[in-house]
Amino acid sequence: MSRLITAIEIDGAGGDPGAWRGPEVDPGAILTGELALRAVQRAEAAGIDIATFAGTLEAPADAAGRVGVQLDALGLAARIAPATERIGLLPTITVTHTEPFHVQASVATLDYVSAGRGGWIADVSTSAEAAAVIGRRDPAPAADLWREARYVVDVSRRLWDSWDDDAIIRDAPTGRFVDRDRLHYVNFTSPTFSIKGPSIVPRPPQGHPVTAVRVSAPDALQAAADAELVILPETTDLAERVAALRTTDGATTPRVLVSVAISFEQAGAAEQLAGSITDWQAAGVDGVHLRPASLEVDVPIIADELIPLLKARKVVGEARAGTLRNRLGLSRPVGRYAAGSGR
Amino acid sequence: MTKQIHLAAHFPGVNNTTVWSDPASGSQIDFASFKHLAATAERGTFDFFFLAEGLRLREVKGKIHDLDVVGRPESLTVLSALAAVTTNLGLAATVNSTFNEPYELAKRLATLDHLSAGRAAWNVVTSWDAFTGENFRRGGYLDKADRYVRAQESLRIVRKLWDSWSADDLVLDQAAGVFAREGTGAFADDGDHFTIQGRFGLPPSPQGRPVIIQAGDSDQGREFAASGADVIFSRHSTFAAGQTFYKDVKDRLAKYGRTEESLKIMPAVTVVVADTDAEAADKARHVREQQVSGQTAIVLAELIWGRDLSAYDPDGPLPTEAPVAGSKVTQGRTGFNDQEAVVAEWRAQAAANNWSLRETVINQQNRQTFIGSPETIATELNRHVQEDAADGFVLVPHLTPGGLDDFVDRVVPLLRERGVFRSEYAGTTLRSHLGLTS
Repeated sequence: MSRLITAIEIDGAGGDPGAWRGPEVDPGAILTGELALRAVQRAEAAGIDIATFAGTLEAPADAAGRVGVQLDALGLAARIAPATERIGLLPTITVTHTEPFHVQASVATLDYVSAGRGGWIADVSTSAEAAAVIGRRDPAPAADLWREARYVVDVSRRLWDSWDDDAIIRDAPTGRFVDRDRLHYVNFTSPTFSIKGPSIVPRPPQGHPVTAVRVSAPDALQAAADAELVILPETTDLAERVAALRTTDGATTPRVLVSVAISFEQAGAAEQLAGSITDWQAAGVDGVHLRPASLEVDVPIIADELIPLLKARKVVGEARAGTLRNRLGLSRPVGRYAAGSGR
Repeated sequence: MTKQIHLAAHFPGVNNTTVWSDPASGSQIDFASFKHLAATAERGTFDFFFLAEGLRLREVKGKIHDLDVVGRPESLTVLSALAAVTTNLGLAATVNSTFNEPYELAKRLATLDHLSAGRAAWNVVTSWDAFTGENFRRGGYLDKADRYVRAQESLRIVRKLWDSWSADDLVLDQAAGVFAREGTGAFADDGDHFTIQGRFGLPPSPQGRPVIIQAGDSDQGREFAASGADVIFSRHSTFAAGQTFYKDVKDRLAKYGRTEESLKIMPAVTVVVADTDAEAADKARHVREQQVSGQTAIVLAELIWGRDLSAYDPDGPLPTEAPVAGSKVTQGRTGFNDQEAVVAEWRAQAAANNWSLRETVINQQNRQTFIGSPETIATELNRHVQEDAADGFVLVPHLTPGGLDDFVDRVVPLLRERGVFRSEYAGTTLRSHLGLTS
């Protein structure tokens, strides 16, 4: 059985809406990014593979008792990148009201500033609130938005390929910095947008930063077929769900992570979770996505108790060095437009 | 009263100012290059680090331009990363108001402002061309006359969102369970370009809100800057033109109820420093030759003439044809509004000096703003500021990433000795460096 992939969710002070009130929490550190940074550094030191960053286009609801602020997930991931060395960074980016060209350029840039540890969770904005803050499109059914999201994922990869890896030649004799034959128009059209290309960003270090999809609704499953990483909620029919994802006709066979909210309040919770994780692995999942109730309380327990338990059971082990794709056992794709790519 | 000089470091851009053929030229895209220049600027106690933006690769005669550096990161993402490796330096992002929506801009910029503890700036640029629009959902729909209307409305709404929280709306009372006051961040706006409503999810940063930079030069652009910008990134770098521009813009401030100190004018300048003035002149000449190859001379002349000049020999005389206005020979970069005058001036200079086309471009188009010994440069920079041709400068190096090392090591100490530039940061926010109120 292969090594289990481990991921951790960064969301405000944690998944529990009251987590910010904990005596160990400095709630002001949510806004400075310090709380997230500490959690990710701790997770990295423990050998966790990936940090995901929750995010919506619209602000959190107006409720005095809850964390009513939210940093842009991409900006937060970029802030954390130079302060970490090995962990993968996947901010949630919504594609419904944003510009696909900017989205792909931002993710490529995250890959540069993290030296090949970048990626994203592609998400849609179905809410009336998200539509209203932009004011350009009416809310649409989730099925339509996920269909569009697949086009955004597709064009993002095409734009990442729009520069061949060796496009920059710095050829003094001919005076050319770049070989324009190694830059490519993508000429992409979809029902809702079109893009000429090429990207403004040279091909990112991983070729394709890792694309993840969170199966938050049944309609997201269609996009999951295109992802390299699928985040699946915990369900009773996990084995069937995982098997179904394996047989879809998508471009890649995704790594499947089961996502679970965790809290270590009860004695023995870490042992119990380690047992569940072992069962999930037997059901065929590739990894686990942990959503701690409180970053300040639960991440240290993940690092100091859960991970050692999983190591003892030989469920997790030493990660491959290098880029996030390396760590996940994904090869670096050849650019589709490059001469000799065979595509 | 002696004015204090403000300085910014411009990351080398994608025109021929940036020399890539020099052995000292490093990567224009690796994060290490951004870190290097930011570290140099912070060592020099600069006000801010400045990133330009491009949304479509430039084309000449229908083909992607291949002679200059090309390929750069997305501004806000790379600046958010730089926030991690700097502590005082301002971080200025150029972001287009035509191809971005105000809510998303406000959120991303406010995020950078929080992550950097109050060091963010937005250089508001506009574009309207269908060429760039081909990369965006919107396409090239915006009429040229409308671009400032949209920019102005965009900026007004972005500010409205940044101001949607009062200073004391963020409560953070853990015992009482009140994170923020109810109703904070609510906004609604109904303008010509945007009809939006909802809630904004970020309170003011330590500097209140990000600094606004504006770079337009038209009458509309100047008025836009006078009405709402904190800094103007100006093209008028010579002494006389600088003074004229300075007075023109500062005179516009009173009608918006603003003081002259509330808007800083910072022209983009290039500097060549060497041990002596004579050595600096030689070095400057060498850099200009690197910047203007024969092919580049033709491309730059095409930009001014608006014609295909590829049949011309760069080492021969200037083209004899008249310039063509509104041409699409060169796409994706700022054109010239005064083509006739530039051509006339080039012809006069070429005739007087017996210059070839390339020599004319080298001498007319690419002359560095300040050339000399550290002493000479410090004196000139200070004269421009004290005599109101500028409040400071955005330094554009010709080399990535070490292009400002000399300036910081040799000129900055002299400015400090003269008491016209800080030796250490007095505050932690960009507004504080610029002497602007929060």
